[in-house]
Amino acid sequence: MKFRPLFLLISSILIGLSLYSIFTWGFQLSIDFAGGTVWEIRTSLNKDEIIDILKQNNISPNSISQAYVLKFGHIDNATHQQLIADFKKLDKDFTELRFETLGPVLGKELLRKTIYAIILSSTALLIFIASRFNDWTFGLGAILANFHDTFILLGAFSWLGHFYGAELDSLFVTALLTTLSASVHDTVVTFNRIRELKRQNLKIDWLALTDQALRETIVRSLNNSMTIVFMLTALVILGGETTRWFATALLIGCVSGTYSSFGVALPLILFFKRFQKHGSLV
Amino acid sequence: MNQKAIYRNFWLIIGITFIGVILNLPKRPNFSLKIGNFDFSKRMDLHFGLDLAGGASLIFDIDTTQTKKEDLTNALESLKSNIERRVNLFGVSEATVQLSTSDGQNRLTVELPGVEDVDQAVALIGKTAQLNFKGETELASEATASATIYDVFKEDTGINGSHLVRSQVVVNPNTGQPEVGLEFNNEGAKLFEAATKKFLNKRLAIFLDDVLVSAPVVNEVIIDGKAVISGDFDNKTAKTLSAQLNAGALPLPIKLIRQDQVGATLGQDSIQKGMVAGLVGLVLVCLFMIGNYGYLGFIADIGLVIYGLITLTLYRLIPVTLTFPGLVGFLLSVGMAVDSNILIFERMREEIRKGKSWNVAMELGFGRAWDSIKDANICTIITGLILFNPFNWSFLNTSGMVRGFAVTLLLGIFIGIFTGVFVTRNLLRVLGRKK
Repeated sequence: MKFRPLFLLISSILIGLSLYSIFTWGFQLSIDFAGGTVWEIRTSLNKDEIIDILKQNNISPNSISQAYVLKFGHIDNATHQQLIADFKKLDKDFTELRFETLGPVLGKELLRKTIYAIILSSTALLIFIASRFNDWTFGLGAILANFHDTFILLGAFSWLGHFYGAELDSLFVTALLTTLSASVHDTVVTFNRIRELKRQNLKIDWLALTDQALRETIVRSLNNSMTIVFMLTALVILGGETTRWFATALLIGCVSGTYSSFGVALPLILFFKRFQKHGSLV
Repeated sequence: MNQKAIYRNFWLIIGITFIGVILNLPKRPNFSLKIGNFDFSKRMDLHFGLDLAGGASLIFDIDTTQTKKEDLTNALESLKSNIERRVNLFGVSEATVQLSTSDGQNRLTVELPGVEDVDQAVALIGKTAQLNFKGETELASEATASATIYDVFKEDTGINGSHLVRSQVVVNPNTGQPEVGLEFNNEGAKLFEAATKKFLNKRLAIFLDDVLVSAPVVNEVIIDGKAVISGDFDNKTAKTLSAQLNAGALPLPIKLIRQDQVGATLGQDSIQKGMVAGLVGLVLVCLFMIGNYGYLGFIADIGLVIYGLITLTLYRLIPVTLTFPGLVGFLLSVGMAVDSNILIFERMREEIRKGKSWNVAMELGFGRAWDSIKDANICTIITGLILFNPFNWSFLNTSGMVRGFAVTLLLGIFIGIFTGVFVTRNLLRVLGRKK
């Protein structure tokens, strides 16, 4: 693996940037996590008039973006009806496109459920891969490659959130978990090749083995991802607002997952094998 | 494999494709097929979720603190049927009412697809109205002038909303007048019998949230817990009263904690953009496959089209409710469906490089790639199942959006393996180069 130093460099930079971004800017949490209201409306009133109406109802908006997507705290149905009535008084053609409101309880729940889901799927994948290949280093390598992707996706969204307003919502959670499986998908293909090569060789040299497996599977791993990248890029560029960030998250996870299947999982296995052999980490 | 079996498989594939094409034509031929209670022609339409069709989704917290544990299951069920009845009163078709629990908190989710002006329904469902029955008090004649209704109807009968099983509009067979029927549970029936005895020939007032709804005169002692309010009703007022009574009859208090509302225009826009993006992506994938694998890629593309047809047919048959994340899941699975083909074709190239003939290389490619395909897809299935949460585990996500995505992803994996391995293999056997 003559590329090992290069992989180490790339991964360190990406993870370093992710950590920097997460600690500097944090995340833009959607109402799925933070609670609150998103209200998309169509009206001929201008921004100041809208703010006036909100103020009459004791609401201070967190943000008002173009074409009017308003964000503010959790409100009850009576307030919602009052707002509509107030708007209709001033603008007969007022229409409501989307209204979402939820209390803060559900947000905490989502966070907890996400963590459970990640722990559950990681454990299940770890057990499956370790037993399928009869080797715990394979399972551990695949899962750590997964966490590598999770980190990069979180870091990317922290950055996208700060500069472009991307939010973490329940769809992001879905994308995160899908990334876990897509990342393992490519890793398993490479692992399969290692197992096959191992059967053909009596003397096992792990360095040569992983090298050959990488050479022989990298084209199909890249081709596999290309088809998914085509689909997702089309969705990011041409798809609607509602799922743009969802498709973006899937795209980042997919690219990172393909890279980590050879750039992280294989070097890790080499590292573990050396550890097994010498009984130390050096 | 012998020639006979190969041709049998080939015709099977043609048959499946033909059925898929027929069922997915923009204008499906009208046919009706009924087996037992299943009307297949009706089930053939694509179902769109709230985010695409427009509509509202409401989530309520159910307050169970004041209910005994042994009564809870019953109370929850009757709450559910109560809400269902209220929703139906508003003429919402295909509305769903679901109970769920999350960390011990009981929840109720109401989905009203295709409805934009749901405000009235929201108000009615969300109302935690209290229903009370109060008897008339004889007042001294001098006090009558200044008396309010609260002075007149002071005597609480002990009957409240939890005793009412249902209320519905009935038509008096003699007069043809609409009337409002009431049905009480056992405890309610006893209380009602006592009340009608006590207030015979007097008025018995029905209060909803301390607002007088109606004050009918008791004509007879009622012992079976079934009563009829007759009066000057027309169809509409009778219906409204009955709806209000049902509204007051909630056995458990509920509180609205989440409300999502999507206008239909936004959904239309999403579908259109998603379709365009999907088509562009599909064309790119097809070109990529042909560019990379030539004739093999072309066969894989045919497999991909068959994949699309089978998937859409299953969406109609099961039926799968398509949400926007679900559409993304479908498009993602199209990208993944050719994964197995790529694994197989790369394997074939390897075998050909080793000097095997094309036909041998093809069979070896399919055989040897199968291990990788199987293992890799099991991993995706594991994650898909955790997202779908088939056993409704309350510590995992139960949101419809996430599930919509998981369903299409899971279906996509299974159909993708079928078309990627079985379909393309048999197509290649029949249409492939015989060198």
